[in-house]
Amino acid sequence: MLLDRFTSFAGGSSGSSPESVSRRTFLKAGAAAGGGLLVSVTISKAIGDAEAADADAFAPDAFIRIDRSGQVTLIIPQVEMGQGTYTSMPMLIAEELEVELNQVRIEHAPPDDRLFGNSILGFQVTGGSTSVRAFWEPLRMAGATARSMLVSAAAASWQANASSCRAEKGEVIHIPTGGRLAYGALVDKAAKLPTPGNVALKDPKDFKLIGTSAKRLDAPDKVNGKAEFGIDVKVLGMKIAAVAACPVIGGKLAHVDDWKAKSVRGVRRVIRLEDAVAVIADHMWAAKKGLAALDIAWDDGKNADVSTEDIVKQLEDAANRPAVVAKREGDVAKAMAGAVKTVDAIYQLPFLAHATMEPMNCTAHVRNDGCDVWVGTQVATRARAAAAAVTGLPLEKVQVHNHLLGGGFGRRLDVDNITQAVQIAREVDFPVKVVWSREEDIQHDVYRPYYYDRLAAGLDEKGLPIAWSHRVVGSSIEARWAPPAFVNGLDSDAVEGAAGPYAFPNVLVDYVRQEPPPGLTTGWWRGVGMTHNAFMVEGFIDELAASAKHDPVAYRRALLETNSRMRAVLDLAAEKAGWSEALPAGVGRGVAVMFGFGTYIAEIAEVTVGKDGQVRVQRVVCAVDCGRTVNPDTIKAQIEGGIIFGITAALYGEITLEKGRVVQSNFDTYQMLRIDEAPAIEVHVIDSDAESGGIGEPGTSAIAPAVVNAIFAATGKRLRRLPIKTADLKSI
Amino acid sequence: MAYKIRVNGVDRTVDVDGDTPLLWVLRDVLGLTGSKFGCGMALCGACTVHLDGSPIRSCVTAIEDVGASAITTVEAIGDTPAGKRIQRAWLDLEVVQCGYCQSGQIMSASALLASNPHPTDSEINDAMSGNICRCGTYVRIREAIKQAAKSRVDK
Repeated sequence: MLLDRFTSFAGGSSGSSPESVSRRTFLKAGAAAGGGLLVSVTISKAIGDAEAADADAFAPDAFIRIDRSGQVTLIIPQVEMGQGTYTSMPMLIAEELEVELNQVRIEHAPPDDRLFGNSILGFQVTGGSTSVRAFWEPLRMAGATARSMLVSAAAASWQANASSCRAEKGEVIHIPTGGRLAYGALVDKAAKLPTPGNVALKDPKDFKLIGTSAKRLDAPDKVNGKAEFGIDVKVLGMKIAAVAACPVIGGKLAHVDDWKAKSVRGVRRVIRLEDAVAVIADHMWAAKKGLAALDIAWDDGKNADVSTEDIVKQLEDAANRPAVVAKREGDVAKAMAGAVKTVDAIYQLPFLAHATMEPMNCTAHVRNDGCDVWVGTQVATRARAAAAAVTGLPLEKVQVHNHLLGGGFGRRLDVDNITQAVQIAREVDFPVKVVWSREEDIQHDVYRPYYYDRLAAGLDEKGLPIAWSHRVVGSSIEARWAPPAFVNGLDSDAVEGAAGPYAFPNVLVDYVRQEPPPGLTTGWWRGVGMTHNAFMVEGFIDELAASAKHDPVAYRRALLETNSRMRAVLDLAAEKAGWSEALPAGVGRGVAVMFGFGTYIAEIAEVTVGKDGQVRVQRVVCAVDCGRTVNPDTIKAQIEGGIIFGITAALYGEITLEKGRVVQSNFDTYQMLRIDEAPAIEVHVIDSDAESGGIGEPGTSAIAPAVVNAIFAATGKRLRRLPIKTADLKSI
Repeated sequence: MAYKIRVNGVDRTVDVDGDTPLLWVLRDVLGLTGSKFGCGMALCGACTVHLDGSPIRSCVTAIEDVGASAITTVEAIGDTPAGKRIQRAWLDLEVVQCGYCQSGQIMSASALLASNPHPTDSEINDAMSGNICRCGTYVRIREAIKQAAKSRVDK
């Protein structure tokens, strides 16, 4: 699992899945600065350090402050990028604290790994669909503990027994007399009480808020223009910079003639960086005009002739190199030799950009004695470290002011834009907001790797696989982004889910690392390893079903005999989609299943293929089991959006290189699905009390294979690489 | 040179080159950051504002072409009957996710509803397909426009 290796490199219990790691929560309550009650929440990072909760090990992950007006403030490291965290986290508190949801306010946590490390990933990061999984129990315990202290404080005021009092909607009520005291009037008294241990949590059947579709707390400001994203920051004395990096990946700046740019009205400065040039001006338009007026000579470097074909050829060659074994069960070679039939195929996925709607940007103010950074980031501590590295300032002199993210999808897990903005800002004595054009954003992304995978299976007399081999060939994101997780040449993300959720008797999954030319950086993209492998695995399984002349749903069912939760979502999706019902000519239904992020999902796509080869996804039915739910409507929203995100990639997503330059530049050449192309989407959530799974990514991971399998059903054409090319499907 | 424009009912004077897109005047000169930058080429609709009630892409509308037309941005769209209904439907159906594109979506949807009280699916497609949402909120956008069309006008 993606999460395991982060737990292990953070000093946790390597080898055990996060679901089985017994994390313990420590709470400490006391007086807040300026009055009120402050509860700090610490989640033990591993089994073993639970006993070591001495002062030094006590590094809280979140804070809850209740002030004298009764306002509850939750300070958490998780960021909001659309996934609903700013609502689900307060719900966990409000449920146990007995306050209304709208009484809880969120503050962005400042960067501090010691204080705000994600208990699953080990440092301050929002990603991997981990938020609810990390905070499910700790935040509820914090709410329950604070409530218990407030009740005790009220009981003391009334000289009553705490058991004769109850809490409701931000007040403590003395049941016999009906007396009421608001939390705000009790916080100072409560802060003086010892922190109780072992406060009982509610029985889930008594939940009033958790499991209901609560209104998103961030929504009102997002419909009236008030919400402040990183790009919206206004700092006194701030100027705006437009930037152009060398269009050839890995190239450098050779020479700039800037006299024309400097005569553009509003232009203040031209800044030369090693691989880019920036124009600082009074506003964005002046900066852009200044940039366009520059006469720039680039040093293209070694990649001047690189094309996508070269990169694919390298991957193809790499597929024949010795591989690192990720998973070996049974004896694949022997089983293949004894198989009634063998099937093999090569599957490929292209480089992808993220294209968050908010282009990359960062505002920085560098002074001799410190540096401020205003940005929306998934990794606040890395943002701080990046600014410290550029300026040479100690970490504590760098302040990161985090903001709402106008989309993350993994792009804001990298800090290249922050490094660049600080490099520009250190050249001037005022704050600078650096805003990338859409072209910069698409041409200088960290790209989802190109994968070139070889799959093979040996089938028995019934057509079922007795041997499965999957060689993954591609760039290692871990080796760059989380080096301690990259062990013995194996990228665990690249191979995650490479044998699907199935129980094959003989399995071999292995990996060959092949990096693109230096300068082309690869990074996390929504759904990470699962999005890659679900495409390969579910496409290939569909091929096996077809080769055995089995129904695709029945074939998967047969392979999932021991996986009851996976079967249940498959059955539910098939039933709701009307799997067995006939479809008109030119329309096909395709299925895919996936287990990842602790969540089971099945998606069935209904696709029309025109004679001109145009593909239209008409309808998607999804069944999901993500364990117990906090905010069911958010789950549906994440699945809906994840499906659209995945269809965009399946139909259009492809970054290619010519002469070392990214060919695509804006939404005309890097297309997005639009409303007139969006399918009807039905999401069916299975009622479950199992541990919560993640929900930000599964919707994306399973959709592309469902679409290509539906195309096969409609046309008989098997697509083994994305994006889907109309030319491959033309029948006239 | 100086241009006098009317933004959300208030006269403003800005001193910029005539080719400056309205988007950057709103965001960087007047500090109205509700209108978003997404593409700079009228491809994504994040910058949509109203000019005399009609939706335009402010990233490609030069300030010198605005003239005396009334500019309405997302910050004031709630003061119009259609805008108010659209905002309410957006909240009722929980349309937003990251929210970055939603200013533009709301401006396009409000203009549609103001000119066409009961749009069909294909009219919704025509009016809204210029607005990209990367979070994929399209299913809810369509439903919210339909709900707003059904709701009664608040006078």
